[in-house]
Amino acid sequence: MKIMRHVGTAGIAVGAAAVLVACGTDPEAVDTSGRQAGAAAAPSAAAQVECGGKSPLSAEGSSAQKTAMDIFVQQYGRKCSGQRLNYNASGSGAGVKQFNNGQVDFAGSDSPLSADKGEVEAAKQRCAGAEAWNLPLVVGPIALAYNIAGVDNLTLDAEVTAKIFSGGIKNWNDPAVKAVKGNESVNLPDRPIQVVFRSDESGTTDNFQKYLSAAAKDVWTQGDGKAFKGGVGNGADKSNGVVETVKGADGAITYVESSFAKDGVKTAKLDSGSGGVELTPENVAKSLDSAAFKSEGSNDLALDLDAIYGSNIPRAYPLLLATYEIVCSKYSDPEVAKAVKGFLTVAATDGQQPLAEKGFVPIPQGLQEKVLASAKAIA
Amino acid sequence: MTEQRSQRTPAGSPGERPSSREPVAEGPISEQTADEADRPEKGGGGLASGASGPVRPGDRIFRYLTTGAGVFVVALIGLIGVFLVVQAIPALNANQVSFLFSREWSTGDTGDLRFGILDLLLVTVATSLVALVIAMPVSLGIALFLTQYAPRSLARPFAYVIDLLAAVPSIIFGLWGLLVLAPTMEPFSVWLNETFSWIPIFAIGNIAPNIRGSIFTAGVVLAVMLLPIITSLTREVFERTPTPQVEGALALGATRWEVIRMTVLPFGKAGYVGASMLGLGRALGETIALTVILLIPSGGFDGSIFDGGATFASKIASDASEFNDPTSAGAYIAAGLVLFVLTFVVNFFARAVIGDKKGDR
Repeated sequence: MKIMRHVGTAGIAVGAAAVLVACGTDPEAVDTSGRQAGAAAAPSAAAQVECGGKSPLSAEGSSAQKTAMDIFVQQYGRKCSGQRLNYNASGSGAGVKQFNNGQVDFAGSDSPLSADKGEVEAAKQRCAGAEAWNLPLVVGPIALAYNIAGVDNLTLDAEVTAKIFSGGIKNWNDPAVKAVKGNESVNLPDRPIQVVFRSDESGTTDNFQKYLSAAAKDVWTQGDGKAFKGGVGNGADKSNGVVETVKGADGAITYVESSFAKDGVKTAKLDSGSGGVELTPENVAKSLDSAAFKSEGSNDLALDLDAIYGSNIPRAYPLLLATYEIVCSKYSDPEVAKAVKGFLTVAATDGQQPLAEKGFVPIPQGLQEKVLASAKAIA
Repeated sequence: MTEQRSQRTPAGSPGERPSSREPVAEGPISEQTADEADRPEKGGGGLASGASGPVRPGDRIFRYLTTGAGVFVVALIGLIGVFLVVQAIPALNANQVSFLFSREWSTGDTGDLRFGILDLLLVTVATSLVALVIAMPVSLGIALFLTQYAPRSLARPFAYVIDLLAAVPSIIFGLWGLLVLAPTMEPFSVWLNETFSWIPIFAIGNIAPNIRGSIFTAGVVLAVMLLPIITSLTREVFERTPTPQVEGALALGATRWEVIRMTVLPFGKAGYVGASMLGLGRALGETIALTVILLIPSGGFDGSIFDGGATFASKIASDASEFNDPTSAGAYIAAGLVLFVLTFVVNFFARAVIGDKKGDR
């Protein structure tokens, strides 16, 4: 319900802005953030877009982005009539590979280009010597979803979470769980903890393990990766599968993209050192607001997730999954560059608010401005 | 009699469809049909022609077409086998642990591939056996009911309904199993588990205390999926019990049950076993329903039907979306190869069993 209310106000903003801004031919993007005085952290809803260029664009990659990409494409077509984009959700790895081979115009990926795997170098070659940029456009929080009969309000911190997901804590009445601030008054039952993880390889698992590695490095020493490495619990297939399993088992807990954590499972608050923080779009946006980038000052916006995961900003929810669009900073074909710019601009503005309905978090204004600046700098 | 028969044949044809996909197991059924064609009461002279006289172009073309179809399917299977072997070899060479006897499965790091199929093999066989143990007697009962007990007016629509089960997509069975059957069955599973846990196959599972995502649940769902296959083929065979034999038994004063025991069952046994093996082939290869239902434990399979686990097919399906490296994909293809061989071996033994039975008859 909270999300819906949030969308309600934002929706009005989108409508108002859309009326004010006709599909313009003015090449200069107008910063509409001034009209957003009401919603401090929310991104501006609309900007002027320079339409045109190659159509349809082709993109490929992350399946976690599929829903968001559908929204972006819809908005893109609405804003720039006649412009289309085909997105093939074949997985992050496949997307990056196709991008680097020059098969698609840009890639969607759950993680930025990796220098270790030679992806950065390959991308540079593909972009005719110009560097490729990682632009975070789709952000989804990961919920710790649990089902304990009689417990409606659970707070966990990174260390306890790491212990639970690696078998160090096996029962809900363990004193360590009770000791987390906010659980003093919670009546935790004597019930075994059933950990449920994703049995298929998944970016959610990867980010969850990265979070544990960063925020509880003493306890979680297994490292990260797309396969779960906790060594306890039972695996279920896909997000839907883990939630169904948790629903059916008293005492179960899992990590899952927040849009799945509803009806029958509850979401734990996360304490990063300054009290339990609820998973709300505002709290996630707060985490992103303070986000650092791997290369500060450049147009490459690969987020320094370790800094987010390890931060203890009050009222900020740090456990999130950021996915990127990987684009060339300079395209050999100006028509492609024009269309990519147009698409990214729409995605970063009109495309963001509708995401909230689907369980993603619209990127906050600070980040949005950076993404728009990067999009504008594409040549 | 003749008319009834020729009418019934199309009703059975949907059931025979799987057999064309699995040509190895087709033998018993087509042989039964051949027996049938020899009998005079079948009539239908069209089938019997072509024995003598000049060969017409139409005959020749038809012959080439059928030969072509036969060669095509053998070549196809051969090529699939070759493809699997070729794709699997690089991964098998890079494997750091025993492929057949290891329980590890880690293919993320191509420099350190560790994969073994022991657990996959055991879970695949276990789910299929649970399914077969449930589906075989039930199918036999349905087939006998339809051919021997049910009034004609009921038997036809009933048979159609059974065949309809085969048309339900397996993901629907999977979701039904996960969302409806597993919660409903839980009290029974718990009772079975607690009461008989001293028998190893009913022991506390490695996904305990969860019991829903177990091999048992998966087997029950699989059994439902096998019912139409086994039933429709078995029904076809039972229907072809020679009338003189049945009438002879009745004339000797046999009751309905004795008639079934003395004529229908011995006559149809080979076909029934063949149908079950066809069902087993389906069970071994069933993918998405099991992917959805089965929980993956952190430990290995230890012989209880209340364990979780992954079968060959479900393992491949759940990871297929992240194949981006030919070597690690090769590990899964190698697992697929083992399933291929397993199905082949099962069918081989099934044919051997059926062959023996036919000798007795």
